[in-house]
Parts: sequence; structure tokens; C-alpha cells
Amino acid sequence: MGLPLPPLTLEHWLSVWSYLPTLLQGLSVNLALLGGLLGVGFVLGVIVALLEVYGPRGLRLFAAGYAWVFRSIPEILLLLLMWFGPAQFGLSISPFTAAVLALGLRSSAYQAEIFRGALQAIPTGQTLAARALGFSRLQAIRYVLLPQALRLSLAGWGNEFAVVLKDTTLAYAIGVVEVMRQARYIGSRDFPLTLPAYILVAMLFLVVTYFGLFLLGNVEKRLRIPGLEARR
Amino acid sequence: MLLRVEDLHKRYGKEEVLKGVSFSLEKGETKVIIGPSGTGKSTLLRCINRLTEPDRGRVWLEDVEITSPKVNINRIRAQIGFVFQDFNLFTHLTALDNVRLGLIRVKGMSKKEATARAMEELARVGLADKANAYPAELSGGQQQRVSIARALAMDPKLILFDEPTSALDPELIGEVLAVMEDLAKSGMTMLVVTHEMGFARTVADEIIFMEKGVIVEQGPPEQIFSSPKQPRTAEFLRRITDLYGGAR
Repeated sequence: MGLPLPPLTLEHWLSVWSYLPTLLQGLSVNLALLGGLLGVGFVLGVIVALLEVYGPRGLRLFAAGYAWVFRSIPEILLLLLMWFGPAQFGLSISPFTAAVLALGLRSSAYQAEIFRGALQAIPTGQTLAARALGFSRLQAIRYVLLPQALRLSLAGWGNEFAVVLKDTTLAYAIGVVEVMRQARYIGSRDFPLTLPAYILVAMLFLVVTYFGLFLLGNVEKRLRIPGLEARR
Repeated sequence: MLLRVEDLHKRYGKEEVLKGVSFSLEKGETKVIIGPSGTGKSTLLRCINRLTEPDRGRVWLEDVEITSPKVNINRIRAQIGFVFQDFNLFTHLTALDNVRLGLIRVKGMSKKEATARAMEELARVGLADKANAYPAELSGGQQQRVSIARALAMDPKLILFDEPTSALDPELIGEVLAVMEDLAKSGMTMLVVTHEMGFARTVADEIIFMEKGVIVEQGPPEQIFSSPKQPRTAEFLRRITDLYGGAR
């Protein structure tokens, strides 16, 4: 026995479009979540990757442990922990902030693995040449190793982008009014529209993912350097 | 004295690669180090600017002891050019950016100043027209010339060359050796590890023959090539002549 859904008419499919602005508003929250979590994930991911590859033993272990923790715990659980955890200690953060932090921390662990692989793919001669010119270790990383590693990471990073874009809908679970919650509202207001609303949301994600990857592809092309990607 | 190396030792695990090497280099002098592979020649060069830390021994650049733990090694390295066997140009940067990156980030030059200086050195190695090419778009010989320009632009007190032509196709060796010969003539102080006996013979002020981590013999090219004092030197020269067709 499934749900007792009424038969859908053409009218239903047409009327759901009137909710497009509401859904787009919800989607804009997803995009804001995406921007926030990718930002958090990128900054922390680069730091963790650098520690994993170049850090002293203690910090390397810490970085490896970090990656292990945030790749092991289910995202939905991370969200709930980040939502209820701080509250337990009297820290009130908004559901949005909690979602950005939880998803961002998780993403940073995956991004760190992407950057680590790229850093390790750079031949040691690059570091030697930089050090021989008088670059400090940090300067060598900043001006020689990271620019190469980030370019090598673009393809893997595009994949992470496509994954976490969809993960933003999980913020629904802790009360962020994003596109899934908006679709749910439509369904509860006008029950027969439940399925059309969800289908419309699915279409919106198709479009956003398409344009996102298209944009990333362009960035990749613009940053392409002869011979650099051939080494992979 | 520009460079003084005293009793340098380096061990990798059980194997002692350098067993007490001492020599010196005057300003404007070119010395060429020859010897069989695996004799510690490259290790010696890397110990001089401490890309590899020596276990024991001391190195002075003029009156500064490079091997002192108190020295700012980055500042010293900026004064010692290093040319690698496999070029090691920064793959994500154009020839021009390869040459000027150190000028801007290490020497603190303005971009404009650094560009002018870099173009000057690219012109000197005959590659001004390749300034905007990426390393992968250049031949091996061109890449090595850019790497020489990169070293030169820093205005170094001396340049260390670690088998600069060993990774090149035979027809590309000449253009790199020509640049190096011009450099030597212009008064640059150079320490060159190479198997190019022709270059050693015509350009070097002195030849150092190394084997198994020690200097076996050193002297002017005429003496080393015509009447070596040590039988091991003679033996090595005979073998390398068979291999490379002798001193061109």
C-alpha cells in the first residue's frame, strides 16, 4: 500500500509553475549554503592537505585523523551534531550556520584528499629549484607548489562540487528553509502538487549542476597550461 | 677566495658518498668536476648550498660560513645559482615568469624592474622571443638555457651546474655548452659537474677528478688530460673517451 495520491491532471502540472519563485528563493538558500560550505571546505582542505604532506609528524597525524573523522560520520549525523552540539553548551548558532559548518567540515576532509594527491604528484625537482633560488619553504609552497596543485585538482574538485551541491538539501533536516523545505510546504498546502513540486526541484538541480560544471570547465580551460595536466 | 669547501662528508645509510672533500674556487674561475657516476659529484654540489645537509665539514662563501647553523640559508642560496640536470623549470610559469619569480619574491624587485632584468638574461641566452612560452613548449636545450637565465638573473656570486647537458639529446647539447662557455669567458665563477670532456678541456681553469667520494687528482686541463699523475684518472679518461668519443 502506497500513499493515497490523487490522480494528476494537466492543471496540476501547470499550476506548480506558479510556485517557481518560491522554489527559486529556496534554491538561492542552497546556493548560499554551497558557497559557504565550499569556502570553508576549501580553506580547511588546503590547510589539512599541506599539513598532511609537509607538516611535522604530530600535525600529519592530526590531519590524517581529521580526514578520517569527517569522512566517516554520516552527513546527516554531522548536521544534527553541529545543530545540537553548540546549543548544549549555550552557544546559539542559526541552522544555516550549523549547516555550513557541518557540510563544510565534511567537504574539507574530501577536498584535502584531492589537494594532497595533487601536491604529491608534483615532482620534487620543483621544490628543489625553488629552494635553490632562495625561496623559504612557505614561499615555495605559496608560489610554486600550490598553484600547480590547485590546477591539477580542478577535475576532482568539480566532482566534489557536484556532490556537495546536492548535499545542501540535507540542511532540510535541521530546519533550514531551503528548496526541499519549500517543496514540502507546497505539498502540504496543496497536496496533489507534492510530486510535481519535487519533480520541479529535480529539474532545478539538473540545470544548476549543468551550469556549475560548465562554468568550472571554462575555468579549467582558462587556467590550462601546456604540459601541466599531461603529467597526471 | 670566493668558495672554500673543507672536509665535506655525507653518508646515505651505510654508504658514505662523500669522504672528506676539500677544494676552493677563486672569483671568476671555472672548475669542472669529472668522475664516474655515483661518485658523489652531485651530492657535493647539493651540499654546497645545503639542498642536501652535509654530515660534517664546512663551506664558506667569501667570509660567510654557509654550514653554520646560524646562517640564513635562503639568503645564501639566493647568491648561488644552481642549474639542474633536468632543468626543473616551474611548469606552470612562462619562461619570463620563471626568470623573474625569484627577482620579485626573493630579491623584492618591482615587477617592472624584474621584467627588464629577466628579459635581459633571456636575451643573453638567446631566448628573448620565447619569453611567453611555457616549459612544455620549449625543447630541452631551450629549457636548460631558460634555467641558466633564471640563475643568472639573481646576480649570483657563483653558479653550480649539475650535469647540465646529461638529459639532453646530443644535437641540443651544443647550444647549452655555448651559453656556458660565454658565461665563463665573461668572468662568471662556475663549478660544473659534467661528462663533456671537450667543454672541460677548453673552458675549465682547473679539473677536479673525483672517484668514490674523494678527490683523486686536480690540476689544469692540459695536465689532467695529457699526463695525469694518478693511474685511476688515466683509466677513467680512457673509458670516457671510448664512451663519448673523446675531447672535442
